[in-house]
Amino acid sequence: MIEIKDINKAFNGKTVLKGISSTFKEGEINLIIGGSGTGKSVLLKCMIGLIKPDQGSVLYNDRDFYNSDKETRQAIRREMGVLFQGGALFDSQTVEENVRFPLDMLTEFSASEKKERVDFCLQRVGLEAAGKRMPSEISGGMKKRVGIARAIVMNPKYLFCDEPNSGLDPLTSVKIDELIKEITEEYKITTIIITHDMNSVMEIGQNVMFLYQGDKLWEGINTDITKTTVPELNEFIFANKLLRDAAKENENK
Amino acid sequence: MSVIGKYFIFLGSLFGKGEKLSVYWRRFMEESVGIGVSSIFIVAIVSTFIGAVSCIQTAYNLVSPIIPVSTVALIVRDMQILELAPTITCIVLAGKVGSNIASELGTMRITEQIDALEVMGINSSSYLVLPKVLAAMFTFPMLVVMAAFLGIFGGYLAGTLTGVITERDYLYGIRDSFVPYNLFFMCVKPFVFGFLIATISSYQGFFTQGGALEVGKSSTQAVTNSCISILVADYLLAQLLL
Repeated sequence: MIEIKDINKAFNGKTVLKGISSTFKEGEINLIIGGSGTGKSVLLKCMIGLIKPDQGSVLYNDRDFYNSDKETRQAIRREMGVLFQGGALFDSQTVEENVRFPLDMLTEFSASEKKERVDFCLQRVGLEAAGKRMPSEISGGMKKRVGIARAIVMNPKYLFCDEPNSGLDPLTSVKIDELIKEITEEYKITTIIITHDMNSVMEIGQNVMFLYQGDKLWEGINTDITKTTVPELNEFIFANKLLRDAAKENENK
Repeated sequence: MSVIGKYFIFLGSLFGKGEKLSVYWRRFMEESVGIGVSSIFIVAIVSTFIGAVSCIQTAYNLVSPIIPVSTVALIVRDMQILELAPTITCIVLAGKVGSNIASELGTMRITEQIDALEVMGINSSSYLVLPKVLAAMFTFPMLVVMAAFLGIFGGYLAGTLTGVITERDYLYGIRDSFVPYNLFFMCVKPFVFGFLIATISSYQGFFTQGGALEVGKSSTQAVTNSCISILVADYLLAQLLL
């Protein structure tokens, strides 16, 4: 379980996050949604330790990330898996080396143990045949899957995904969503996804938080989202014509 | 002032929490190949031609009958050892290696590869930059020794092939009034310049913000700042060591 309490962040006097608090449950997919520039990625970076919040705390199973000693922070970091927006694969390494990288750096596994684990993770994301290819030789969707394989190679307790569907076609997006859902359920991971893809919200989002100009305007389960009375959230959800039509159809029924 | 302070804090971070020694050894070898071995060709070409040109131009200026012809070779040797091989080679390397380091790290920064390292709990500056700095400090003196040798050899080729100096005079000239301490001075310079080029370029690349345009700017800034720092350090070293 991850708990964030009163997270505030400002850059050059401009407030980006205004006292965000929430709890993200274990074994569930928690979505943070909102338009561009609403502070979603900054919140995620505050949670994973890339940006220190000006105020507030982030608790990983009651361990305060920012008020812990180095060892505890390091231990929490080793329990995290992060899928970055562009995959963030190391260009100079093959797919296999990218996935093996955390094992090489952070474990004392033998070569055969590492190989077994890497093969398992690549197989899990359906890329067992792409191990020897370079990141520049694979598609955007494959890069995301390699990113997921690298994120889960250390058996994380917490999985963070920053816009896993950005730049992907709808079919690949659905596949990535399904993969994240399967992994979350299989390993009982606390998953947090930053997205503005409403399809992901409806398909895999269990708990959803809506951010608007640095404020948390709504939080709840995905089935309640279309019934919201928050105008900013309504505007965000029904920006998509298909959803707008579907909502009208439901009203008529 | 704040930039200089940030640069020194960055230097301090290189020696923060490190990784396994085997990781650094592998990275050091990779960087030595990338920084040193891949620069052999350009250094060889530049130094050979600079040696050749300095021989021809020195001979062109030394027309007095009271100055022996072998003085041309002596001047070529001392110019190569004291200034041209270490300084010009390192300025060439600032262009090649410095821009490469800055653009590599800048791209890693904007594509979140550095963030990925940080999230894993890896000291990204130490892991990425320290091997580059050590590799530059290790390979630059070797490249400069090679450059000095090829420069003097280039002078020999140009001098003898054009007939401005005989082989005998040239060989006599390069051994005449030789000061072995100059070789030490020649090797200290690239050691210092290597450190400056690698750290300044890494600093520029490491703190890149934005997109492809900013990576280009970081790369240009890395080369400019490295060249200026080389010239300043060159003067200070000459004052201190000669």
